[in-house]
Amino acid sequence: FSLGLALRQQDVVNVTFVRANGTKIKTSGKVGDSLLDVVVNNNVDLDGFGACEGTLTCSTCHLIFKTDDFEKLPDKPGDEELDMLDLAYELTDTSRLGCQITLSKDMDGLEVQVPSTINDARAA
Amino acid sequence: SVRQQIIQSATPTKRICIVGAGPAGFYAAQYLLKNLSDCVVDIVEKLPVPFGLVRFGVAPDHPEVKNVINTFTKTAEHPRLRFFGNVALGTDVSLQGLRNQYHAVLLTYGSDQDRELQLENEQQSHVISARKFVAWYNGLPGADNLEPDLSGRDVTIVGQGNVAVDVARMLLSPLDALRSTDTTEYALEALSRSQVERVHLVGRRGPLQAAFTIKELREMLKLPNVQTRWRSDDFSGIANQVEQLPRPRKRLTELMLKSLNDQEKLSSSASKQFLPIFLRAPKSITEGEMEFSVTELQQDAAVPTAAIERLPANLILRSIGYKSSCADADISFDARRGHVRNREGRVLKVDASDSVDAGLYVAGWLGTGPTGVILTTMSGAFAVAKNICEDMAANALDTSTSKPGFEADDKRVVTWDGWRRINDFEIETGKAKGKPREKIVSIAEMLRVAGV
Ligand SMILES: Cc1cc2nc3c(=O)[nH]c(=O)nc-3n(C[C@H](O)[C@H](O)[C@H](O)COP(=O)(O)OP(=O)(O)OC[C@H]3O[C@@H](n4cnc5c(N)ncnc54)[C@H](O)[C@@H]3O)c2cc1C
Ligand code: FES
Repeated sequence: FSLGLALRQQDVVNVTFVRANGTKIKTSGKVGDSLLDVVVNNNVDLDGFGACEGTLTCSTCHLIFKTDDFEKLPDKPGDEELDMLDLAYELTDTSRLGCQITLSKDMDGLEVQVPSTINDARAA
Repeated sequence: SVRQQIIQSATPTKRICIVGAGPAGFYAAQYLLKNLSDCVVDIVEKLPVPFGLVRFGVAPDHPEVKNVINTFTKTAEHPRLRFFGNVALGTDVSLQGLRNQYHAVLLTYGSDQDRELQLENEQQSHVISARKFVAWYNGLPGADNLEPDLSGRDVTIVGQGNVAVDVARMLLSPLDALRSTDTTEYALEALSRSQVERVHLVGRRGPLQAAFTIKELREMLKLPNVQTRWRSDDFSGIANQVEQLPRPRKRLTELMLKSLNDQEKLSSSASKQFLPIFLRAPKSITEGEMEFSVTELQQDAAVPTAAIERLPANLILRSIGYKSSCADADISFDARRGHVRNREGRVLKVDASDSVDAGLYVAGWLGTGPTGVILTTMSGAFAVAKNICEDMAANALDTSTSKPGFEADDKRVVTWDGWRRINDFEIETGKAKGKPREKIVSIAEMLRVAGV
């Protein structure tokens, strides 16, 4: 039992979401979870995040990584992910779609920026 | 009950009415319910069924896009939200009536008309709008008797936006790929008899101004048994401009150039063709043909030259955009641009004074004009809902007296429970055919199944 618990502890990956206004939401997921899973499973309060439920058809799960973290991500974005990213607001060179990022142990402590989509007053 | 508690509490509950149950309406409701703890939200919707263009616009072979319905359903089942289907602004309720019953009214009734080419013969039966064609395969009540003539070889689509590409894909997709979608049964039957082999997708401007997005193009390029053929002339001088383009435009242009390059190298055995054509402006319509002016780009604008090209067109689909209608005479409506006049979602007064009509708001396509995907609509709706919250906090609108809200005295109102019965019925009927649902197309039948 205690071994199982130890293993489970090892599986935990801490993730911090930083909102556009600077506030930080500290949360965690398990190895193998996507960043979308982390948001959904922890009820992280991000309006509209993950609208298409991880099917690469919405880009509401857009997240901005620090350059170092971005470069360390094991899988490079595929064409389909890049296609959706092209529609995202505030696209950067270190942008990814959260539903396509799978947590691994070495991502523990990851901090990602959430774009300010909702402050983007488009109703002109 | 929750409603009574709310009515009895000391400060009056803030009552907000949202007109139209599409993405803008649902996202605004979601935001308001979360950020205004003392508000109740009613949604009135013209049709007996919710979700607007997510149900009646989004292509049946893009079921993933419709996952947003799960979030909308959660919002609809919030204890402080009521849904009134089969209630239309302008016929069943008036704007003035709603404003008497609510502290704030948010208009999100979308865009249900189409722009016209303003050409002679445009009313002929072989010219139909892409909007109607989309409504037909998606089962919008009243669209089932369209009977598009699919007996000819060539379809010419005027316009190159994503709606145009959706329509092209529906016409060129192998039928088996559509049978497992919620395409209406009568449309599948008509498509099974289709003789269409070539779809021309014509735009006034050049490849650098193409209006479709890369995802939709990539999908076309991968369609089985369909060859995409570009005109190399359209691309002269394009390759050396690619490097300067912003990322999305650059990637789209690179994909077109790659596809153009491949078509010259690879032979294809495909029996159907997708033919994007640039720099052609609609000029006239005749039986079996459509005439276009060859255009030139001047500062990104297409200017017609004297040269002319005729394209074969057994069926012409006009896909140059949607526009909204003015549902009630009290709405300050810009008829030319086809949207409600507003500043950041605050509707302006009818008197053209340019001042805000306190308590009246607009979001979604009705306010922004008919462009933008669900993401765009979502962020716009959140922004307008935020303005409503701020206006209420700043007392920019009067919330001191209590308001009664909508009184559903008419028994033909479809509640959310009624919609659930329709939903269950559609899913059940679809099962037998291996489809996610078979949509009910007749309003009378919807009402019967809803039990009203
Ligand atoms: C053909 C097509 C395909 C699309 N595909 C995609 C896609 O794949 N991905 C994507 O992200 N976006 C897509 N979009 C865009 C997306 O549908 C829009 O961004 C979104 O639906 C706009 O939302 P809305 O709430 O403003 O309007 P709508 O969705 O049109 O909702 C308006 C609602 O108001 C109701 N209504 C109308 N008149 C009245 C009245 N008088 N009283 C009461 N209610 C009324 C309507 O019945 C409807 O339910 C597509 C659009 C079209 C046209
Ligand atoms: S959740 Fe829609 S693209 Fe990631």
